[in-house]
Amino acid sequence: MSTVAANAPGVAGSGLQDVAASEASLRRFLHGLPGVDQVGLEARAATLGTRSIKTTAKAYAIDLAISMIDLTTLEGADTVGKVRALCAKGRTPDPTDPTTPRVAAICVYPDMVATAKDALRGTDIQVASVATAFPAGRAALPVKLADTADAVAAGADEIDMVIDRGAFLSGRYLDVFNEIVAVKEACKRPDGTSAHLKVIFETGELQTYDNVRRVSWLAMLAGADFIKTSTGKVAVNATPPVTLLMLEAVRDFRAQTGVQVGVKPAGGIKTTKDAMKYLVMVNETLGDDWLTPHWFRFGASSLLNDLLMQRQKLTTGRYSGPDYVTVD
Amino acid sequence: MAKKKNTEEPAAQPTGGLFAYAPAPESPAAAGDIATSYGHFIGGEFVDSSGSEALKTVNPATEQVLAEFAQGTDEDVDRAVAAARKAFADWSALPGSERAKYLFRIARIIQERSRELAVLESIDNGKPIRETRDVDLPLVAAHFFYYAGWADKLDYAGFGASPKPLGVAGQVIPWNFPLLMLAWKIAPALATGNTVVLKPAETTPLTALRFAEICRQAGLPKGVVNIVTGDGRTGAALTAHPDVNKVAFTGSTPVGRAIAKQLAGTRKKLSLELGGKAANIVFDDAPIDQAVEGIVNGIFFNQGHVCCAGSRLLVQESIQDELLDALKRRMATLRVGDPLDKNTDIGAINSAEQLARITALTDAGEAEGAERWSPACELPGTGFWFKPTLFTGVSQAHRIAQEEIFGPVLSVLTFRTPAEAVEKANNTPYGLSAGIWTEKGSRILWMANKLKAGVVWANTFNKFDPTSPFGGYKESGYGREGGRHGLEAYLDV
Amino acid sequence: MSDVATRLDVLKTYKLYVGGKFPRSESGRVYEVTDAKGEWLANAPLGTRKDTRDAVLAARAAVKGWAGTTAYNRGQVLYRVAEMLQGRREQFAAEVAVSEGIGPKKAAALVDAAIDRWVWYAGWTDKVAQIAGGANPVAGPYFNLSTPEPTGVVGIVAPQAGYGHSLLGLVSVIAPAIATGNTVVVAAAADAPLPALSLGEVLATSDVPGGVVNIISGRTADIAPTLASHQDVNALDLTGAIASDGPGAAPALEAAAADTLKRVVRPELDPFAQDWTNAPGTDRLLSFLETKTVWHPMGI
Repeated sequence: MSTVAANAPGVAGSGLQDVAASEASLRRFLHGLPGVDQVGLEARAATLGTRSIKTTAKAYAIDLAISMIDLTTLEGADTVGKVRALCAKGRTPDPTDPTTPRVAAICVYPDMVATAKDALRGTDIQVASVATAFPAGRAALPVKLADTADAVAAGADEIDMVIDRGAFLSGRYLDVFNEIVAVKEACKRPDGTSAHLKVIFETGELQTYDNVRRVSWLAMLAGADFIKTSTGKVAVNATPPVTLLMLEAVRDFRAQTGVQVGVKPAGGIKTTKDAMKYLVMVNETLGDDWLTPHWFRFGASSLLNDLLMQRQKLTTGRYSGPDYVTVD
Repeated sequence: MAKKKNTEEPAAQPTGGLFAYAPAPESPAAAGDIATSYGHFIGGEFVDSSGSEALKTVNPATEQVLAEFAQGTDEDVDRAVAAARKAFADWSALPGSERAKYLFRIARIIQERSRELAVLESIDNGKPIRETRDVDLPLVAAHFFYYAGWADKLDYAGFGASPKPLGVAGQVIPWNFPLLMLAWKIAPALATGNTVVLKPAETTPLTALRFAEICRQAGLPKGVVNIVTGDGRTGAALTAHPDVNKVAFTGSTPVGRAIAKQLAGTRKKLSLELGGKAANIVFDDAPIDQAVEGIVNGIFFNQGHVCCAGSRLLVQESIQDELLDALKRRMATLRVGDPLDKNTDIGAINSAEQLARITALTDAGEAEGAERWSPACELPGTGFWFKPTLFTGVSQAHRIAQEEIFGPVLSVLTFRTPAEAVEKANNTPYGLSAGIWTEKGSRILWMANKLKAGVVWANTFNKFDPTSPFGGYKESGYGREGGRHGLEAYLDV
Repeated sequence: MSDVATRLDVLKTYKLYVGGKFPRSESGRVYEVTDAKGEWLANAPLGTRKDTRDAVLAARAAVKGWAGTTAYNRGQVLYRVAEMLQGRREQFAAEVAVSEGIGPKKAAALVDAAIDRWVWYAGWTDKVAQIAGGANPVAGPYFNLSTPEPTGVVGIVAPQAGYGHSLLGLVSVIAPAIATGNTVVVAAAADAPLPALSLGEVLATSDVPGGVVNIISGRTADIAPTLASHQDVNALDLTGAIASDGPGAAPALEAAAADTLKRVVRPELDPFAQDWTNAPGTDRLLSFLETKTVWHPMGI
């Protein structure tokens, strides 16, 4: 179960196949990754944040951002009605303008997957389900696997799992690795296909950028299809520097293994201006290959309406207001 | 210009194909009115030159003439020094707390007018608006704020009780950071009670002349600040003037050497901030992504028109390939072009003359066998431009490893051990700055101790702050600017 | 048995002090040193340009070790010099008296002052970084520290005039330069070189590493220009330049020094009026230092 090759075909030829052979080798590898200087990383992210995105570039970026949204509701108070409304919003973000793109996915708890799947029928909008005792992840492995399998069985196209941060912070890297491998296994469908696996790090709890780089590589080695910053449920969620660091990780991972992995910042991205900064980071760190919903997503809810207001402004030349976009 | 063919490769990871940034130009009109011709600023008034010779300053991005300005004559310099001398008695007698308030006022006005000054600086110098806006102008204001606070605290600066000013300071500044160099010169001089005659560079006089307006706006007593424009002849007249007590020069080592000779046997105090050929040393345990940013910032910031630029990359052999791949990938994302576009990373080379020098030295690099690389990028049709350029296979014997190029050109050398890195880094008559990239703390301190350089940036590069002394070892000059140390150059100690 | 009424004194052959050794001048030549009345005192080696260049080589070779030793250790060494000088107080008093043409009491007081000056600078070695350096509160997440470092090799034209110049003046220019880790090549007072040459003997027995101080006697007009134009000399102390060679010398030396942008300490306007018993202050101590500022980000 701990062999990498089975999960990431490219890894086999990259000299990394034995990395997870033991706790010691995995630790050695992760701690051998280049360090991250906090000040330098944050300065670079801030500089990229000063890019001025205007006119045609802005129009392109707004539509791209909308198409990259995992429109999310993850509340204890979620109901079938709420999820249906959200799906409707995802299908038709701006009823006044049919040229508005659809979102990439609707992200819900496992028990809402079937509802979302039903509401999105006939579209290519994906249903993403959080799983593995989201958001804390504090449950026994069989429970997490059952949670995952349940969501997949209900039709989830994508699974957003959380890693065991406790295990990671106490240095039990192989436990974290094996859990991701197991969840990936649980993503398999009877027909041999597999739900896409997004691995959430909860970077706000990992504290250091060195940890973020290590956990990114750990997850990618274990077979993650996407790496995702946050649950949106803690004080610090996605930030530009954390996301930039993860973009650098997927860039380096592809260079070394040939395997491309997606990135999803989640939580706290609320404005068009924020979204532009993230897309600039993708553009200047990874380039065209990642500038698609297939490889980059925003985990967000309120972001969509701000993008829609800005879009209306570009179309009509007038500043829009919250009453001119739908609330769901 | 710069039609020399470079070896070009497509970027390793092409960017900008899908997400191409539309032009985001800052408005040239924000620079305020630029007069068709300028005289000097002497004794608080804008006055005509005694001579008839006029020079032209051009926008290096368009080659269009921005304005004519006076070629300062010996008589002009004489008038300016006399005005400064006249003002000195009252200015130096003013309580420090009052001098402080003038400087605080100037700092505030600079902050208020920072957009105007940033745009004007970009137009006259060619540097990107992103840098004038985010680096130059904030530092200019900060410098005046910092030294304003010293004016009434000089008794506590460690130079004895009631340290005395020197008198009239003759200051000659370069074109690479016109307004920032002006601030580095004028702020400490005024705080300590000196009066000044400043000569801006002949390719970038406009922000200094605009600063003269700010002096008037601040109500600064007449003659405390005088600005005389012109080329090297005017500068030489100023530094040679018998009634100048202090000479401060920032510029090339040959000119600094000539000034030091000129002042031999006089009692004038001299501070010099000259050239550099800094080594940026990257070890195999460096934080690699930040090191790449540091290298890029070290040599491509301000088109490489930086005396402390990290123009020699010393990379440990074991990570040479990896680092160069990453560096080339990053260089391919640099945006060269219109300085007023907010997304421009590299602007125009300041002058045709400087472009010719860069071109000549890079040609010599190729002729001597170094391998040249530049990312594919379109350069504008008019103006002075040079692609970000990398030379590999460079040895210490190459001219491009020895001479200051003062352009966006990086020479890459390798080393095997820390001792070899130190030896190569110090193997130059210059000693202005150095960079170290490694995650090992004890090695940083060992290296920092061994490097003969006035500023050592460890895991960072090209950082400046008014509180931090700046200046060189060896032929990079003497004296320090910034911080408590910067006061000494303007005090009779 | 012959009738020997008086014992013949053994005269001292004065030698240069270079690289911790006592060579004769490579030229083999000497010159006569006389007292204030013109009476012959001794022969001093006539140091040449070549001797000066050798001394610069020795000084350069000593920089790494001396600058690299701890400030505490340098203080111990300088204090040891004071101890050794104290032990030879009478000899130096006699040399100073004849060199400067002053009485024995005054000469002894000048030697005492010279000893005390070594003690003053011995105490400075591990404090100068704290008054000349410091933390700079930059507006960003950086640790930023300025520390003074020795400039390197300092060429010194020793005082040729002024009250106390022959020993106290000499000590007053050597001690501050080496206290901070520089090494020096000194052109001794041409007319009064005996205390300087004897000081070499004290230094050699005081744990001062060879090459840290090099003393050349001879014509200043030969030695000083060699120092001023030497590319491997980092700084120049022209304290004695005007008095030895007339009004034109200091500017010429300063101009030569400009070729490699040496740090230059200019002579006083009137060196004859200089009283070396005056409190030295910190000016000279701070003259041959380079401020190095190191930045490092602060992060986790």
